[in-house]
Amino acid sequence: MSPQDRTPLAESLVGDAQIRLLERLSNAAAVSGDEGEVRRIVLEEIRPLADEIRVDSLGNILAAHHAGRENAPRVMLAAHMDEIGFMIVGDDEDGLYRFDAVGGIDPRILPGKAVLVGESRIPGVIGARPIHMTTTEERRKTIPLDSLRIDLGPGGEGKAKPGDRAVFATTFQRLGSSVFGKALDNRLGVATVIELLRHAPANIELLAAFTVQEEIGARGARVAAYALHPDAAIAVDSTPAYDLPTWDQTENALYNTHLGAGPAIYIADGGTLADSRWVNHLIAAAGERGIPYQIRQPGRGGTDASAIQRQREGVPVISVSVPGRYAHTPGGIARIEDWQNTIALLSAGLEALPAGLFQPAA
Amino acid sequence: MNDIVPFLKQLLDASGLSGNEGPVQAIIAEKWKPLVDELAVSRVGSLHGLRRGTGAEPRRRILLAAHMDAIGLIVSGIVDGFLRFTQIGGVDPRILPGQMVVIGGREQIPGVIVQPPDSLLPPGSADRPVPMEHLLIDTGLEPEEVNRLVRPGDLVSFGQHPIELAGDTLAGHSLDDRASVAAVTACLLELQSRVHAWDVWAVATSQEETSFAGAQTSAFEIHPDLAVAIDVTFAKGPGYNDHGGFGLNKGPTIGFGPNIHPEAFKALKKAADEIEIPYEVEAIPRHSGTDAFAIQVAAEGIPSLLLGIPLRYMHTPVEEVGLKDINRTGRLLAEFISRLQPDFLNEISLEKLP
Repeated sequence: MSPQDRTPLAESLVGDAQIRLLERLSNAAAVSGDEGEVRRIVLEEIRPLADEIRVDSLGNILAAHHAGRENAPRVMLAAHMDEIGFMIVGDDEDGLYRFDAVGGIDPRILPGKAVLVGESRIPGVIGARPIHMTTTEERRKTIPLDSLRIDLGPGGEGKAKPGDRAVFATTFQRLGSSVFGKALDNRLGVATVIELLRHAPANIELLAAFTVQEEIGARGARVAAYALHPDAAIAVDSTPAYDLPTWDQTENALYNTHLGAGPAIYIADGGTLADSRWVNHLIAAAGERGIPYQIRQPGRGGTDASAIQRQREGVPVISVSVPGRYAHTPGGIARIEDWQNTIALLSAGLEALPAGLFQPAA
Repeated sequence: MNDIVPFLKQLLDASGLSGNEGPVQAIIAEKWKPLVDELAVSRVGSLHGLRRGTGAEPRRRILLAAHMDAIGLIVSGIVDGFLRFTQIGGVDPRILPGQMVVIGGREQIPGVIVQPPDSLLPPGSADRPVPMEHLLIDTGLEPEEVNRLVRPGDLVSFGQHPIELAGDTLAGHSLDDRASVAAVTACLLELQSRVHAWDVWAVATSQEETSFAGAQTSAFEIHPDLAVAIDVTFAKGPGYNDHGGFGLNKGPTIGFGPNIHPEAFKALKKAADEIEIPYEVEAIPRHSGTDAFAIQVAAEGIPSLLLGIPLRYMHTPVEEVGLKDINRTGRLLAEFISRLQPDFLNEISLEKLP
């Protein structure tokens, strides 16, 4: 293929339609184990784009876009649909409910927030003791989760029940060159894989997995990788950007990623060492097409890649993420430009994937 | 009863931090205009509405004070496009991370309060509440844009929109004390169809959260014969089930203590009993923490009363109040006012001298 035959990686990859889709995905509730609302949006979007679609017993969506040739490499793209949130665990009567966290939530962000409970999205609030009644000593201590309640109002008796999920009541919005919303981790990844299905290259068998239960241990990806049995895989996610000023104005050496610096390519995280062929190939593709990228700082954390890597006889994996600030809080911020460049990089990398890249050396 | 909820929601979405009450004051003025005979703004920003009574001149005057100012934040610095801030009024920093805000500078700019990761904070910060000086506001804008649009001193209001909860309750920020502004408005609406001998001065006071400056100066300027401060009080609920808490949406409280005139208190209580408005007596042993504290000692001293609207989670963006309590408070005020006779002050004199 000559360079001029390639799909132009124009800015038009993310237009109003894509932002609207991201908005729907961000506002939808899909706490780990209860991904139905996001699943329905994804199914509606990909129905015209995929050749085969099925939903497995855990709720993963497994979709295939066939290659235009025989023996094409089978490449799995995994994006988790679930988000962190809450589950109601007890009824204290008078519209007050005990709750617990689903996924990693810092209890320091809970007091004073609005939430939506259950499928009918009943509004509630998580309050806090009035400051007038607190002591200086008390204000130095984190309010433990088990002392907080979700309050639906005194008429909320019987409106929720143990097992109901709840999410932060955050409304998606544009903030200048950024987007703001809940669950951008990982609706950005979900929206990215939908766009890749839309622009699927003919040289690969594209296997899209919209996975469940990533936030509680990458459980959906594990069975999805078994079922799809890919030759190689990419976990598409959103990774934290800790690019904030430090308290004493010293250099921030622990930024993980920066907003505006392009898609984050993983080399090592807490669960996976990325396959070096993937790393080199994606960096080369980025260089050739002039797409900005950054290396995510090696460190802790993990993605669906760890579960996929160790499935069956093993899968060469990598993670590519859209950098996002404030994951696992009521509202995150990501740059539209980074999302666009993530789609562009993955698209370029897949299109230019050598057929034999992952074949074992003879 | 007139439906006060749309007006109250409008008040909650208006900015008006202590000392900068302009936007909320304009909304109240528009609502009060057809309900009063005169409308004016005091030198320190309180809104005064006069509804004349039918008694012979010189008429006695009652002042109703509900503060319209709200707690919030103020930009103290800009670092790499992020805003540092401090507080206006009492704010527990533990409720701030993850909170939506609106920065009111050259433009209204939305933002979110964020807690930097522990690795960027002083050693030993892990799992502990992040003090306000280390919290940041992120607007999502590029640093150059932030430098162009924001400067230190810009006011920051909470961005949480009002939420209707089950059982006739409303949650939101600044219900302290705009719930009481709504109650005073309900009273003015009720008075339209009633006869009252006394002049009624409805006042939306400024700067209660910082210094009571509005109430103190309005009380001096209007020089009333009797005053009722209306403010929120502590409702029982999660985080606060202590001995001082009151039932939510189960009736207002009638304050009693050194800030309150004991004989006028009896008359107010009698009015509530006779029209069967449920209430609790709120015993306040010292400073009431309300405008009544300042009004009582204005000029040569003013007999003062206090009505409380129970509210959960005070000084958070999800303060929760009962709508029935707002209407009950308005109705009780109207009833009390229409009972006031020209010689009421004689009835409540503390000692009958020969």
